[in-house]
Amino acid sequence: MLRISCPWCGTRDEVEFSFGGESHITRPTLDADDDVWSDYLFNTENPKGIHYEQWLHKYGCGRWFNVARNTMTHEIYAVYEMGEPKPELPEQEPG
Amino acid sequence: MKGYSFLSLARQALGAHQGWPPAWRSPEPKKNYDVVIIGAGGHGLATAWYLAKKHAVKNIAVLDKGWLGGGNSGRNTQITRSNYFWPQSAAFFDHSLKLYEGLSQELNFNVMLSQRGLLTLAHSQHEMEGIRRWANAIQINEVDAEVLAPAEIKKLVPMIDLDCRFPVYGGFIQRRGGISRHDAVVWGFARAANALGVDIIQQCEVTGFDIQSSRVKAVNTTHGRIGADKVSFAVAGNTSQLAKMAGFRVPVTSMQLQAMVSEPVKPCLNTVLTSSVIHMYVSQSDRGEMVFGGGADVYNSYAQRGGIPLLQENVAALLELLPAFSRLRLMRQWAGITDITPDTTPLMGRTPVENLYISGGWGTGGYKAIPAGGDTMAYTIANDQPHPLIEDFGLERFRSGELIDEGAASGVAH
Repeated sequence: MLRISCPWCGTRDEVEFSFGGESHITRPTLDADDDVWSDYLFNTENPKGIHYEQWLHKYGCGRWFNVARNTMTHEIYAVYEMGEPKPELPEQEPG
Repeated sequence: MKGYSFLSLARQALGAHQGWPPAWRSPEPKKNYDVVIIGAGGHGLATAWYLAKKHAVKNIAVLDKGWLGGGNSGRNTQITRSNYFWPQSAAFFDHSLKLYEGLSQELNFNVMLSQRGLLTLAHSQHEMEGIRRWANAIQINEVDAEVLAPAEIKKLVPMIDLDCRFPVYGGFIQRRGGISRHDAVVWGFARAANALGVDIIQQCEVTGFDIQSSRVKAVNTTHGRIGADKVSFAVAGNTSQLAKMAGFRVPVTSMQLQAMVSEPVKPCLNTVLTSSVIHMYVSQSDRGEMVFGGGADVYNSYAQRGGIPLLQENVAALLELLPAFSRLRLMRQWAGITDITPDTTPLMGRTPVENLYISGGWGTGGYKAIPAGGDTMAYTIANDQPHPLIEDFGLERFRSGELIDEGAASGVAH
């Protein structure tokens, strides 16, 4: 069970939230070629280690925010607002 | 390889079964191979066997960082079916089911295929319409499907509660669907591949690729550098990591899919029962356990354990349809890491690196695809061009936009 700290509502159980996938994906310019565009649309980082991801407090305040979470241990290192840059975190050993 | 037969069984019985030879060798890796396959699960071993058997490739190694069959091959719910919606998927998965039907004879290893039928339920008038459309599509794909009324379902599964929270309106069955023994499939391919000279090297983790002018030359492993003319990887749950080592990105999200078993009881469920709305699937293993699962934990994870909320949901779903099972004790629960693609169709064929091939993105349904996956990947590796059945499953489809959206037509909606 994940316990996620919503920046506005505090720590709640995972069932109140819905997952929004990888964060910090930048939309390419409109003149991007097919390779750049398909990479943007479909390819993922999917790391073993720290994942910077979006969550929605669906059954709460209804707001989006970012989470830095370890995909092997599920430990949450940071919660930060949309639009903020990635926090500086120490490199994690892949398992 | 000494064949398993009634005679060999009788002979070994005289010696109190002390004389059985090991089913496969555990060799040290050679310096070079014609083909190196990464991942000794069902897909990797099947690919090796078909390469040796149908394409007469002599010098093959299958590497695994753990033990063979220790990944998703040992974590799935061993369901086989080919009730797919789109023609490409149906052709591929029905080829797989047909290979399963002859696999015990082919491998001289009983994979305990039990074609007890796979029943999919509908819980509303609209879903029933969808099921009719789906069953029609399957029949047009020349695969068997039969629409059933609630009374017929009750006859097939007497324990079912048709008047559950979302009452059962009907369903359809693929009678050739069913289950088999997942370990036997892996062991059967391993033993047969070994007999044709394939080196299965366990506890040997790949740490990187040696790629020169975008062509793979070797793999670096915990047992040193192993040269290879061609390399293929089938590493469910680690597809993104291997692709990253080779320098390209794949459209994969890795998530935990849970499964669990109850204590064993006498035979009482004679079909594989699935429901999209209630989101669960269940079958009774030959040992008598109820093997069941449902939704995935929908966030990126490599933890292989599964969260409590989903576990509760899966159990509640099972009990909604089959209330009598509330008296059963849950014996084990686990999770496998499923590599989900955007269109829930696998990633198979060539990669941006020459002579490096991928078999991945199997999502929640790789087990049923093992024989066809092996057969078509062996062809693809031997000829350096995709087998006709998997032409549309390549990585290029995300660039061209020719996705095969199987999400809606899967056994349980994704």
